[in-house]
Amino acid sequence: MNLIDFLSDYTLQNVAMGAAILGVVSGVLGSFAVLRRQSLVGDALSHAALPGICLGFLVVGARELGAILTGALATGGLAALTILALTRLSRLKTDAAIGISLSVFFALGVVLLTVIQGRGGASQAGLETFLFGQAAAILRGDLWIMGAITLAALAAVMIFWKEFKLVTFDPVFAQTIGLPVTLLEIALTVMVALAVVVGLQMVGVVLMAAMVIAPAVAARQWTRRLEHMVILAALIGMASGITGALISATARGLATGPLIVLAASAIVVVSILFAPERGVLWEALARVRERRALRGRQVLDTLLQLTRTHADPSYPAEQGMLDTYHGHETRAALERLAARGFVNPARHMPGEGDHWVLTREGLAEAERLDAEISGANR
Amino acid sequence: MKDLRTGPPGELHEPGLALHVEDLTVSYHGRPVLWDIDLDVPPGVMAAIVGPNGAGKSTLIKSVLELVPATAGHVRLFGKPYAAQRRRIAYVPQRTSVDWDFPTTALDVVMMGRYGHLGWVRRPGAADRDRALGALEEVGIADLAGRQISQLSGGQQQRVFLARALVQDADLYFLDEPMAGVDATTERAIVRLLKGLRDRGKTVIVVHHDLQTVREYFDWIVILNVRVIAQGPVHEAYTADHLRQAYGGQISLLRGIDEGAVPVAGEAEAPAR
Repeated sequence: MNLIDFLSDYTLQNVAMGAAILGVVSGVLGSFAVLRRQSLVGDALSHAALPGICLGFLVVGARELGAILTGALATGGLAALTILALTRLSRLKTDAAIGISLSVFFALGVVLLTVIQGRGGASQAGLETFLFGQAAAILRGDLWIMGAITLAALAAVMIFWKEFKLVTFDPVFAQTIGLPVTLLEIALTVMVALAVVVGLQMVGVVLMAAMVIAPAVAARQWTRRLEHMVILAALIGMASGITGALISATARGLATGPLIVLAASAIVVVSILFAPERGVLWEALARVRERRALRGRQVLDTLLQLTRTHADPSYPAEQGMLDTYHGHETRAALERLAARGFVNPARHMPGEGDHWVLTREGLAEAERLDAEISGANR
Repeated sequence: MKDLRTGPPGELHEPGLALHVEDLTVSYHGRPVLWDIDLDVPPGVMAAIVGPNGAGKSTLIKSVLELVPATAGHVRLFGKPYAAQRRRIAYVPQRTSVDWDFPTTALDVVMMGRYGHLGWVRRPGAADRDRALGALEEVGIADLAGRQISQLSGGQQQRVFLARALVQDADLYFLDEPMAGVDATTERAIVRLLKGLRDRGKTVIVVHHDLQTVREYFDWIVILNVRVIAQGPVHEAYTADHLRQAYGGQISLLRGIDEGAVPVAGEAEAPAR
């Protein structure tokens, strides 16, 4: 199969398009969820969709997508309300409330699933594919439903951008200026539930939370503004979706949903490690730079104190003595200071070890830093 | 919560006062946090609310702003309930009440102060942006407008919050511990700014934790410990006796105040800061 055939394959087009739509909606709504520290609510919502899927099937009596997604949304929303009620009314903390709701709803879903399977008959139609998703089963018509939900959610985010941003950053202040904070927070949660519903066929209830969390977490690493974070999260979600779809198409039999999640996770790993300013590597390097700068500053200060003690601005300090003050890294620190023109090596007397003398610039810099420390404590 | 003494809704009740609190009781898990508070603050003063930890200082402000439900009593701001006066009131919450790792800039946070005036959906425009830049200028950090808020120091974060309140164009400002954990330079800048607001006829009400600076900064005082212990002009109500009633055994805190309680402003034994 050549590339053109490959890309014009009808099923692959459907799958790739569905995955892209899912990536966009979960990236955008996940951004708000992650910033509101609601990542795990997404997990609970998606697991809690399972009993709804089964109930939708039982009510209609067929594997009809509209009914199934409505059911999923209903039980997902019920789980979110349960979490809210547990944290408000009982002494449970949020993590415990999420854990309990997630497992109770999921267990209920699994029980319903086995009941349906036990009844047998042609119509039972493999509801278990909603556990991990079955991308290949997606039809053009399903895409329309997914697309419509996504457009509605994106439109809501754009229209109420300012309100959602304020409620996410500072809900207390939002309340004082008269915004209906609870209502807006419910709206954000409902929209995450919508994203979950969009992803059910593709990724399934078990892994869907990753699609809500991963693109947002990755995007946060590279951006400094909410606008950019949301857009980048959408792009990362879309890229993961398409990548997962393509990989699964080249190797028949590999599950699409998990591949999409893995693609998103790979982007997360890279982002956490390498993003400028927030990446692990960047921060480690910054720490090393800071430690070196501090070491140089300490050595400079010691030299300054020595010139003061000896009332001699060009007092030559012996390397060995500085080592006893600051340890064996002193030579490297002194050489860095020398490179900046703050100290000069000096030979004091024949047969003795290396000595170091402050230059005029070094003296001035040491005095400045000394004054800065005294000033900060004033 | 309906209180017959305040008359029909819409009717002004104590319009001559910036803040009027009557019989306010707030409880949390059945425990009273504020008990039967009667409180009046006239317009145009800079008032401090002081009291020991757990005295209900923050709760008082939050209850006035309807962030915390009251068990009993009522509050009027310039004669009307809070909901009718939102646009005339600005609130600076404690700095630690938000996550400063949120992806946004100092300028953007200040612009949020305009949201209340903008109403739903409408986006802040160039005028709001200029107003926000002006406020950053006023608090002395105009150069940090584009700075990511996670990279601001504590004092700079506090200035950003203050600037956000400034663009609210309010008549009454509530600040919850604005001087907590900021450097001396920032504290001076904040006080100068607040006094400037007061001098322009605004009312400023501050939850304050540092008894040593009360005389220097404020002209009105509310001493609180679940109940109101004393209230009034600083030179009348701020006495060692009242403080002892509020703080009880924590006498060491009051050492400097005892000397300062004589009518001379408490400069005599300024403790090292």
